[in-house]
Amino acid sequence: MTTLLDVRNVSKRFAMGGILSRKHVDAVIDVSFTLESGTPEIFTIIGESGSGKTTLARMILGLEEPSEGDINFEGVSAAERKDRAARLSFMRRVQPVFQNPFEAFNPLKQVERYLEATARTLLGLKDKAEIEAAMDGALQKVGLSYREIKGRYAHELSGGQLQRVAIARALIPEPALLITDEPVSMVDASLRMSIVNLLRDLRDKFGVSVIYITHDLATAYYISDRIMIMQKGYVVEMGPARPVLDAPEHAYSRLLKESVLSIEDAGSGKLEPADRSMAKAAWEATGEGQLVARDGGRLVRVAR
Amino acid sequence: MADTDDILTVRGLKAYYQMAYFGIEREVRAVDDVTLSIRRNEIYGIAGESSSGKTSLIKVLAAAIRPPLKVVDGSLTYRFGDLEIDPYKARKEEVDAIRWKHLSYIMQGSMSVLNPVRRIKHSFTDFALRPMGVPKNIFWERTKAHLERLNLSPDVLNAYPHELSGGMRQRVTIALATVCQPEFIIADEPTTALDVVVQKDVLAMIRNVQQQMGSSVVFVTHDMSVHANMADRIGIVYAGRLVEEGPTRTLFTAPKHPYTAHLVGSLPRIGDTSAKSALEGRPPNLADPPPGCRFHPRCPLAIEKCKTEVPPLATVGESHRSACWRADDVRPLTTISHRAEAVL
Repeated sequence: MTTLLDVRNVSKRFAMGGILSRKHVDAVIDVSFTLESGTPEIFTIIGESGSGKTTLARMILGLEEPSEGDINFEGVSAAERKDRAARLSFMRRVQPVFQNPFEAFNPLKQVERYLEATARTLLGLKDKAEIEAAMDGALQKVGLSYREIKGRYAHELSGGQLQRVAIARALIPEPALLITDEPVSMVDASLRMSIVNLLRDLRDKFGVSVIYITHDLATAYYISDRIMIMQKGYVVEMGPARPVLDAPEHAYSRLLKESVLSIEDAGSGKLEPADRSMAKAAWEATGEGQLVARDGGRLVRVAR
Repeated sequence: MADTDDILTVRGLKAYYQMAYFGIEREVRAVDDVTLSIRRNEIYGIAGESSSGKTSLIKVLAAAIRPPLKVVDGSLTYRFGDLEIDPYKARKEEVDAIRWKHLSYIMQGSMSVLNPVRRIKHSFTDFALRPMGVPKNIFWERTKAHLERLNLSPDVLNAYPHELSGGMRQRVTIALATVCQPEFIIADEPTTALDVVVQKDVLAMIRNVQQQMGSSVVFVTHDMSVHANMADRIGIVYAGRLVEEGPTRTLFTAPKHPYTAHLVGSLPRIGDTSAKSALEGRPPNLADPPPGCRFHPRCPLAIEKCKTEVPPLATVGESHRSACWRADDVRPLTTISHRAEAVL
């Protein structure tokens, strides 16, 4: 079995301020995980705002350089992708889907233009009929068709449809890995499941691995195979999604689970603010802590 | 006649966007024949998907509409103590006099509400000083006491909006909207774009303020799990109409409209591995809504009658109304365990 993506001891440090008042912010600290190419899976990264999820995704996409560590995709390190040809061949295999489909598409451009441009640059297609066939093939995978979106602008489609077009665009080069950054947070709750089910179908029917970044534990539980929970740059817990979310071990994972609004309590008005003290104490100890293996392939960060 | 316990009574309210382009008149019926009442000291949630008209509805309630949106029919009556006022029939000065003091508005997107180049304290003086009508020293005393009650440090007054986190800014806008102790608060998607931990804090804060002041809150969101934990009663809006209304627990355990049943049943939950499906189709165009029941093209229970006749919002249980011809045949998609009852 070969390795699709190998993230090894990756850290990212941002410098803030001027020469005299220089400060450093550690966005991602010593993160390691691997995705295998034979077994497509949905790998979920969870954490609150500012936990480093998006920075990690940008590093995997090659939009940021890691300060330390290395990211290998299909055996090629990010540092080796210097020229345009290497970059394009990487983009054929890894594609992003962003959070807000209304911001991702230019309102003055027909949405098909994005699909067309992707087909031209990444697949090198020139012939009009070939491009249309590629676009239609990708749109069929997300439950749309070229006929439905032809000549349409972003405002003429619903949020759910537009997000599906964004996913179709990413699918044109038939990538092995899709990186989706909060793909459902701007989509209506009633349409959310159509996107989530689509990601599951991509894994099951087309063998695409998905890195699903979210703070929504309920959808994560619903579709993920593995899950990685991040707190302020550190990985605090990682393992098979359902066992981890059924019985989270780290204090921060428990805080996240307790913060989920449950409909079981509908009408009882239970809204005690979450108790952060345990998670905060755990975070203060994480600096010296380390990830230890537990049964069932779970890793948990504990203080030394 | 209306109960004196109601702070707001809405009857047959219709508000349309009326536009005329190149001689062609177009009408978008964003709020169509809504009748509801809000009681004192309750939290009323309005749920529905994008473009269902829920934001138009609360803008109309807040008397904050601008052309082309116009109220074309119906009445809206607020009762603040002895004062009885219909903002669409009253003079402008009378409406201005109730704003912030009696009626306030927590807006969506806290970043765009607070002026980015002025300190938070200037936002407070801009919005709240005049309605409160007290000298400045007393105003600051009250403002600081109010912030402390909401577990915010008075230091935030000297901060600029960009120096605060998203959750903090949202809490500042809530403090701003409630500093005059209004009797009626309208909140538009107060927690969208906040993450789970902060969301719970902000919701707890709104509930806390509401309980301390005994005011009524109307809030809008498409997230049913927020409604489950916040609202005392919920109204479900679909294509500009109120399709179901009832106590929170009833709507979640025994919905009487297929749309509500879908909204509740399609929520993924931790510990639940059953497959969930999204509703097929898309919300109707409000400029040209389908005849009969507006939900019928997407409804699994639709019969011939639904295509031609508009179902009235009929009483189906204790303070529970539903606009569906087949309300008796609606079954919840998933059973919700009665954990809350088991605890009591």
